[in-house]
Amino acid sequence: MSKITRRKFLAGSAAGGAAMMLTPAKKAFASGSFEGFPDGMGVLVDLTRCVGCRTCEAACNKEQGLPAPDLPFDDYSVFDEIHHGNQKRRPTDRAYTVVNRYEPEGADKPLYRKIQCNHCNEPACLTSCFVNAYTKTPEGAVIYNSHVCVGCRNCMIACPFHVPAYTYHSAINPVIKKCIFCYYTRLKEGKPPACVESCPQQVMTFGKRKDLMKIARERIAKNPDKYIDHIYGEKEVGGTGWFYISNAPFEEAGFDIHLPKKPIIDNVKDFLAIVPIVLTVWPALFTGFHLLATKGKSHGHGDDHSHDEQEGH
Amino acid sequence: MVNAGKQLITGLGVLLLSLVLSVSCYAMDFPDEVEIDSLANLYEGVVFDHAMHVDATENCADCHHHTTGTGVSDEYCAKCHEGDVEMDTVSCQDCHSADPLSPENLHNPAPGYIYHDDKPNLKAAYHLKCLGCHNEVDGPTGCEDCHAKTEAGDKFYHSGEFAPAEDASHGEHE
Repeated sequence: MSKITRRKFLAGSAAGGAAMMLTPAKKAFASGSFEGFPDGMGVLVDLTRCVGCRTCEAACNKEQGLPAPDLPFDDYSVFDEIHHGNQKRRPTDRAYTVVNRYEPEGADKPLYRKIQCNHCNEPACLTSCFVNAYTKTPEGAVIYNSHVCVGCRNCMIACPFHVPAYTYHSAINPVIKKCIFCYYTRLKEGKPPACVESCPQQVMTFGKRKDLMKIARERIAKNPDKYIDHIYGEKEVGGTGWFYISNAPFEEAGFDIHLPKKPIIDNVKDFLAIVPIVLTVWPALFTGFHLLATKGKSHGHGDDHSHDEQEGH
Repeated sequence: MVNAGKQLITGLGVLLLSLVLSVSCYAMDFPDEVEIDSLANLYEGVVFDHAMHVDATENCADCHHHTTGTGVSDEYCAKCHEGDVEMDTVSCQDCHSADPLSPENLHNPAPGYIYHDDKPNLKAAYHLKCLGCHNEVDGPTGCEDCHAKTEAGDKFYHSGEFAPAEDASHGEHE
């Protein structure tokens, strides 16, 4: 067994620190300019088509093997539900997607909106998770590993869309639950998620995100009087896998229109990028300075044994 | 799977096609009634009163685009299809694919197309046309106004005999 002497250790860390300093900073910051996997799949949601039939909710329930609902999926009284905080329904651990009804000002018809995970290009949930339970797959899904989840609920706070839900009822092993784009049963095999396939109005169109963006622009260009000239999720929080076009202003359909165009991680990225440098380079660097400053005094002379003795004083 | 039986689709598709093929709008014969049931699964098929809808609409193109040769109602389509003659195929499913996993439904926009690259699937084509118009003319818009739910549908929607008990407990999952 080779013994690592103090001198060897210091020399090694100084060299390592110097190597880190020399690495181009651009590389370390590359994650900030990530714009999603090139062939990542997405879903274009056309709010003008939704009639609020809740078939997607039923399809999700069946596909994901979720517990039976409190009310039938063809019971439309759920649209009148108001939960604490004067909120409409939100996805829960028992329903990964919900449809809500909105009454935009001046519109003669209600607007329905399906809520589920938007599968961000750079997910805030993923970056907030300290046990690395989340993964953004090349197929475009944001999935998570329940076995790793410690139930800290950081992701619930981090998510700008308030999507991750929590199994509060579980006393022993509470974990996060959310829409996973039907990753294991469908997306992995190139199939659209259950909700998309079930929709009678094709509110949702499945395809490569970059291709769907083209369809969204085409629909708006062909019907400028019908659509608001905005694709919600094209730029919001760095781009989302699921994105929306609408005939009513997005804020009137319950969308948060004040979200930044940059990924949520950008808020803390500059600070976080400094942390490893401070923790690794600084000790080596300043130890190096110290060694240089004290060169010829007491360090660097004599063998290890005598050195240890000096330390013991 | 939400959509059932491809064999059923094919079999009934041929039946429906033969019904619709034999006719055209106004000048020609058209079926008074069309049974739209190729996708029946969660709901029964629809017995479509074609004659009534022919009377109620101004132009066959309101539903059949340019395929009936009666002019187009959409300006955008008119750029190419104005003056088109009646086509051999006028049935919805001749152009709108029923299979959600067919290449034209799975790949969006449809590869190889400059136009017609954003074509709804058959189920959506029916519902977008029917409900779109019914919303405008105050026609029936409830799901079961047009087609009754099947037993499979009741099971899927947890309704009817499969409805959750009134006092379903929130916290208990098996």
